[in-house]
Amino acid sequence: MNTHIEVRRLTCGYGRGQVLKELSLAARAGEVLVLTGPNGVGKTTLLRALGRLLRPNAGQVLLFESDVWTLSLREAAREIALMPQSERRDWPLTVEESVWLGRAPHRGWLLPYAANDRRIVEEALQAAELVELRDRPITELSGGEWRRMALARALVQQARVLLLDEPTAGLDLKYQADVLRLVRDMAAVKRLVVVLTLHDLNQAALYGDRLALLSRQELAALGTPEEVLTAERISRVYGVPVTVIRHPVYDSPMVVPLVADLPPRGSAPC
Amino acid sequence: MKRAQVWIPVLMVLVAATAAVCVGVGPVVIPPARVMEVLLAGGGSGLDPTEVAIVWELRLPRVLLALIVGMGLGAAGAGYQGLFRNPLADPFVIGASSGAALGATMAMISGWGGGVAGLGPVTLAAFVGALLAVLFVYGLAAVGRQAPTLSLLLAGVAVSSFLGAVVSLLMFLHEEKLVNIVGWLMGSLAGRGWPAVHTTVWLVLVAVLGLGLCSRALDALTFGEEAARSLGLSLHGLRLSVVAAASLATAAAVSAGGTIGFIGLIAPHGARLLVGARHAAVIPASAALGAWLLLAADALARTVVAPGELPVGVMTALFGGPFFLYLLKTRPGELSG
Repeated sequence: MNTHIEVRRLTCGYGRGQVLKELSLAARAGEVLVLTGPNGVGKTTLLRALGRLLRPNAGQVLLFESDVWTLSLREAAREIALMPQSERRDWPLTVEESVWLGRAPHRGWLLPYAANDRRIVEEALQAAELVELRDRPITELSGGEWRRMALARALVQQARVLLLDEPTAGLDLKYQADVLRLVRDMAAVKRLVVVLTLHDLNQAALYGDRLALLSRQELAALGTPEEVLTAERISRVYGVPVTVIRHPVYDSPMVVPLVADLPPRGSAPC
Repeated sequence: MKRAQVWIPVLMVLVAATAAVCVGVGPVVIPPARVMEVLLAGGGSGLDPTEVAIVWELRLPRVLLALIVGMGLGAAGAGYQGLFRNPLADPFVIGASSGAALGATMAMISGWGGGVAGLGPVTLAAFVGALLAVLFVYGLAAVGRQAPTLSLLLAGVAVSSFLGAVVSLLMFLHEEKLVNIVGWLMGSLAGRGWPAVHTTVWLVLVAVLGLGLCSRALDALTFGEEAARSLGLSLHGLRLSVVAAASLATAAAVSAGGTIGFIGLIAPHGARLLVGARHAAVIPASAALGAWLLLAADALARTVVAPGELPVGVMTALFGGPFFLYLLKTRPGELSG
């Protein structure tokens, strides 16, 4: 399988602090790669490095075999779309106006939009179930609605690499499933490279083709959910005892925490 | 999008109608019908020569200048507010006006008679002054790569007072030009005549067009700098274009009419209420609304104490000051942002 976006011995961080150290990882077209790990291990940092928003201190980020930093910002925005975890939303553009801006990498900042752009925007609004909200100012959206707007805007960029930072945070069960299914379908049908961060290991196991488990600046494991999610490894990385069972319907691994000082139900103290 | 398509033409008609009425307003009142007669006749038969002179030599250039200066201030305010993502930014508040005033004062005092590309020394010096003042204020206020409202306001106030003090010092040292400078500083469109109209109109049109071309990029910037970059926007280019264009508009406005405050603050707020938040709509609507506000303020300034006259800057401050305080009071959340 052809590799599409790759980091080689990547070291990066903010100011003097190093968040990631000599990390190597590749994501392929058509697959969903899930970055996961405890808080603060650098999932978002890795995503920002992949998206050409954070310059590495050492190592490389390669997009289709060439360094992303040889691309201009606008060229990069045509190849890589990033849906951030949060951003400013104090300016009351409407949902539709916001989504249109995802066409800017293609159309530029001056030229009028074309009929083609309208079709792409309409498709994205439908995919993200935003048609009824199209005229709502983004300042009035709930967290979940805003996330769908950001997803639609990223889809409209029509990039071959889609990076999503915690795409399910703040969404209820239905939209969590909808977003992840949409993203997985996009990866499969349009042969996109999809890299996303998820906190929820069970969601990661359900939707990820491969998982990258980060731990203290490094890659603790990389592989299929079965390979990565072992009770011993998760307990070690997260510092919490867990057991791994199987999903009753899909048979994917499920991580269940064991809480040390909570006695099993039924054995009530006298 | 739809609201903009309705409101922008409506505003333009409103501005044109107000301008026509304003030509007749002043110590000598001329009814609109007679104004039209004088304007259409183009001089000559059967008309009162005093009225012809008042319309053509006094009122018309003054009304046009108010329209142009108001347009420039309104658009500049929309540009600064979008760039700094800050609803309280305006040429006056963030120091551009005082920078332009200092530049212009220095040019008046030095008596330097040069000029570049048909622009007088006062305009050029005002432009440089506005540009430097804005960059300085932004540099002072920036925390990381943002300028929080509160620090932007404080830096603006501090720099404005300092520049104001320098202007006062210069006036004190050059008493012979005192009357000239004071009259101009308080903001007045009286007696500028046609020459001011001719230079200002081009500068303002270029600046407004420049700001208009930045619309889509300014929209992207409202998501924050990182989001704008991930949409492929080069921030340096945008900052430079917007600051240059808005400062050009401010400089043209200040060198023609002195320091007229608050138009650049009020117009964009009104515009956003009417046409929504897209800059492609906000900038033209803001220019139109700025023109309308200044036309009205100037007409009031020359009538409320007739036959005397108030500086229009006093008029705009009387209305704008309370509006500014209202914004400050009702949008406390934005102060920290």
